[in-house]
Amino acid sequence: MDREQQVLFAGFGGQGVLSMGQFLTHIAMNAGKEVSWVPSYGAEMRGGTANCLVTISEEEISSPLTENPMAAVIMNRPSLDKFESRIKPNGTLVINSSMVDRVPERDDLNVLRMPVNQIAAEIGNLRGANMIILGAYLQKTGIVEVEEALEYLGVVFKGKSESIIEQNKAAFLAGVEYARNEW
Amino acid sequence: MERVLMKGNEALAEGAILAGCRGFFGYPITPSSEIAEYMARKMPKIGGVFVQAESELAAINMVYGGASTGARVMTASSSPGLSLKQEGISFISEAELPCLIVNVSRGGPGLGGIQPAQSDYFQATRGGGHGDYHTIVLAPSGSQEMMDFAMEAFELADKYRIPVMIMAEGTLGNIMEPILMREPVTKFSEKPWATTGCRGRKPNIVNTLHLGNEELESRNHQLFNKYQIIKENEKRADAFLVEDAEIVVVAFGIMSRIVKKAVIEARKKGVKAGLVRPVTLWPFPDEHIRTAAKNARLFLSVEISMGQMIQDIQLALAGRVPVEFYGRIGFTPNPEEILQEIMRLAEREGL
Repeated sequence: MDREQQVLFAGFGGQGVLSMGQFLTHIAMNAGKEVSWVPSYGAEMRGGTANCLVTISEEEISSPLTENPMAAVIMNRPSLDKFESRIKPNGTLVINSSMVDRVPERDDLNVLRMPVNQIAAEIGNLRGANMIILGAYLQKTGIVEVEEALEYLGVVFKGKSESIIEQNKAAFLAGVEYARNEW
Repeated sequence: MERVLMKGNEALAEGAILAGCRGFFGYPITPSSEIAEYMARKMPKIGGVFVQAESELAAINMVYGGASTGARVMTASSSPGLSLKQEGISFISEAELPCLIVNVSRGGPGLGGIQPAQSDYFQATRGGGHGDYHTIVLAPSGSQEMMDFAMEAFELADKYRIPVMIMAEGTLGNIMEPILMREPVTKFSEKPWATTGCRGRKPNIVNTLHLGNEELESRNHQLFNKYQIIKENEKRADAFLVEDAEIVVVAFGIMSRIVKKAVIEARKKGVKAGLVRPVTLWPFPDEHIRTAAKNARLFLSVEISMGQMIQDIQLALAGRVPVEFYGRIGFTPNPEEILQEIMRLAEREGL
């Protein structure tokens, strides 16, 4: 693994894109890494794409911003159109295939597809899409151990009801399982 | 020690509270509003005062009043809001009242946009309102410094009886980074000038009107003697790889971190680049700039504006080394494009 990783999360408002990035940031900080989370804000908040950039590093983070992240988690078609060209050469592209109706144009990327909305419907948690994809992403990349992340979810959701925490853990694990089997 | 993930705006607000700030007066505006929101939640629980004023003018004049009593008080806003506060800041400066004024800055002129920007540099460093005055201006570069500089600002404000401004681009308000929580301040300096009730002593009067010729001139001299002392004591900057640098990049705030990455990459490509990051924008760290000029063939000012700090760099260098500019507004320059600019200049200069 690189000593510093920058991951972009992009989708439309309501898909939990910003909170997905925040969970990863929390979890990575808990695992002792240097982290930063930068949301985009502006016109994009009002109906278009929302995105955030997470940096996870073994050492002090200089720039929390980049034009070219090494990975992108893409939750809808407009985000793919906007960000595909910006991912670093040979980078990773995670695609929510339920919401993206085209294949990537670039052939150098490591593309990981996942029907996130379909899985969310199967486990009866339509709002769990962000946790599903986060689980899958951690299982695949190993940025933080899945077990460690799972333990920390209780801390991240501090103050929420037990059932909400359990639902989110279940969604997270559904993502882990998908990645284990399909990626 | 446990690290806490906090937004820059929240870290700044918590830092102010830790420093003993018990009065917040503001009017919401993006991208600074989380400071007011945080204060609205916290102040009532700790015996403090939170007022959402009817306007920016009202808010800064509440700060004027609060600071007159010797309390640690503050306001926070974003660029257009800061313009509205300038009259009050001029009065507070003349009255020599300590307080914290925060500008989580965005692009202008006019209402501009809500994208992060550094284009209030002139306004912040030249006083901003009418009359001959300065405020101390601190430029943090991350969440931890949002907290630490808020605390430092109150110390400087009390020490010199001066309003201290924190200028932080919008990004710094919204970015989340781990924070090491600081200990609350428990020692505060005496303020014998404060209007605390005059039973048993002569009344203290806060006044900024000086109609006599001599009186007006002497007040201005007093203020400028103070500014001279601040210039001698408080210039601050960080230097990175400037010892042998042939291209010295200057950037403040979040830009300084973005530039740092570009400098590291430029070094990998064999270009001797370095970075000076002004921490105080006023007083401007001109000596740090001159020190970094030892082997420099070229300076490059990188700003989220059309070019404002570049003038202070040019003043510091007094024509000894040419100063180039790279800036954008509406966008924040990214490390990749700054690297490209450094490489372009290096090639042009044969470095």
